[in-house]
Amino acid sequence: MQELLHQVLAGLATGGIYASLALALVMIYQATHLVNFAQGEMAMFATYLAWSLINAGMPYWPAFLLTVVLAFVLGVVIERVIIRPVENAPVLAVVVVFIALLVILNSVTGWIYSYTIKSFPSPFPAEPIFGQYVTSHQGGAIGVTLVVLLLLFLFFRYTPLGLAMRAAAQNPDSARLVGIRVGWMLALGWGLAAAVGGVAGMMVAPIVFLDPNMMGGVLLYAFAAALVGGIDNPAGAVFGGFLVGVLENLLGAFVIGNELKLAVALVLIIGVLVVKPSGFFGKVLVTRV
Amino acid sequence: MSRRQMIVVALVLLAACMLPFVVSNYRTFQFTLALVYAIALLGLNMLTGYNGQISLGHGAFYAIGAYTAAILMDQYGVPYWATIPAAAVVCLIAGFLFGLPALRLEGLYLALATFALAVSLPALLKYHHLEQWTGGVQGIVLLKPDAPFGLPLNPDQWLYFFTLAITVLMFVLAWNILRGRMGHAMVAIRDQHIAAEAMGIHTAMVKSMTFGISAMYTGIAGALGAIAIQFVAPDSFNIFVSIMLLVGVVIGGLASISGAIYGALFIQFVPNIADAISKAAPWAIFGIFLLGFVYVMPMGIAGAVRMAVARLTRKAQNQAAKP
Repeated sequence: MQELLHQVLAGLATGGIYASLALALVMIYQATHLVNFAQGEMAMFATYLAWSLINAGMPYWPAFLLTVVLAFVLGVVIERVIIRPVENAPVLAVVVVFIALLVILNSVTGWIYSYTIKSFPSPFPAEPIFGQYVTSHQGGAIGVTLVVLLLLFLFFRYTPLGLAMRAAAQNPDSARLVGIRVGWMLALGWGLAAAVGGVAGMMVAPIVFLDPNMMGGVLLYAFAAALVGGIDNPAGAVFGGFLVGVLENLLGAFVIGNELKLAVALVLIIGVLVVKPSGFFGKVLVTRV
Repeated sequence: MSRRQMIVVALVLLAACMLPFVVSNYRTFQFTLALVYAIALLGLNMLTGYNGQISLGHGAFYAIGAYTAAILMDQYGVPYWATIPAAAVVCLIAGFLFGLPALRLEGLYLALATFALAVSLPALLKYHHLEQWTGGVQGIVLLKPDAPFGLPLNPDQWLYFFTLAITVLMFVLAWNILRGRMGHAMVAIRDQHIAAEAMGIHTAMVKSMTFGISAMYTGIAGALGAIAIQFVAPDSFNIFVSIMLLVGVVIGGLASISGAIYGALFIQFVPNIADAISKAAPWAIFGIFLLGFVYVMPMGIAGAVRMAVARLTRKAQNQAAKP
């Protein structure tokens, strides 16, 4: 029983990280109806930036904030420079651009920082502060995820800019008519997604260690989470994240063993896409032919 | 095929046959791999270029083909040439089965599902209950076959000719499929699937069959690749194999048979040159070329060649017309 509780809590901790990344995916999907295959690599790159800052002697939390800002800028620049030209291109072109972005970020990071695995510090103390079932980093990661969620909710719900962004995502034409600069709203969306992804990267790095390929598996779980919750529903993505985290941990610990954990994500992704493409909370799309 | 195209094909074949006698053994081996990639790219191009189904996971079928060949040779002592048809059948079935659920997925979602397949495959290959066949993390080491019938060729040259023969066979087959009923159905589904269905094309069947054929091509390539490299291991079939195949298709030219050759030469030889700069350089270059081709040359090298030829012949005709 204790073991079960321990696994559930550990699952919630990683689930929070999947939830953040899934949220980043959903934000971009809502605005552009595209799934960003490079989201994981963007988060990885931001985490390396944080590592550089911390290694240069900056304390953790200022480095954390600065990284979030840098990731935001990076996201905006990527949207403006790389994604913009293919905004209305066929799906294949867009997917290829995302893959190109993934490859470029991955190799540039490998080039600058080398492919050797690095350790990444956790801001939370080593001794458990949330009781014996969960390490303090796991507890802290859940806390950070919830704070990020709350901030995003407040931003989108109560600020004029958040409202403008939602309008631009929901109905670009009408939004443009009332004077919202839709192109910049998309860029801001990318920036926010990159920033949220950066937080996820910094939270997962102490667990999986820092290396250019660290986000491959995490991204897959985030895809699964976003799909389970419904790819156009932010709250669903968060729910999906926690669900996938717990499911992965329980199945890994008790049923199929750690080696096949990634297969859980694969089965979830294909299963949801085939059986219920809108996920638990997504909008059911009906196309007229 | 026009007469000029026939001459070009004959010349290319002649050059390909002379090649192993003028370059070193190591270069011959590299050209063997380029042929292997050409087969895989042709398979992916049928699916993505002609049928419009995006796959980011063809590395998985490449791996299945490679492992089929390796396990048959290592565990059951099957001769290397007999593993090729076996890999073809296994991958045809695997591709067809994966193509069935893929029917319900369009564009982006299919890309996502295949991406997931490619990312999770190395972990599946390491699974310890399969270890007695797959060799786990260690993989399987194979022996290089010698030339049969006492032919005066060293193993590298023999393998090159063996691969070349299969490549030619696969290209002729693809050419026939694509200009026949099946090929037209594929293109029709890509361009207007509703109209295609209204005209009586069995969309579901053609799409899953295309997936199967495409996987079969890639699987044959995987088997040949395993025999040429003499080694298979889970970590050599990560997501980057699939991405490399995508790079080859996009840069070679979508919906073009000759594009597979250009793309294969590109993904085989550009990393060789770029490796001198840094270990990461080949991938950075792949990425930059991908972006560049999508923005400026969406038809790939094959499209550029076609345009250049058209322009040159027009110029020649214009000059001939002048007094």
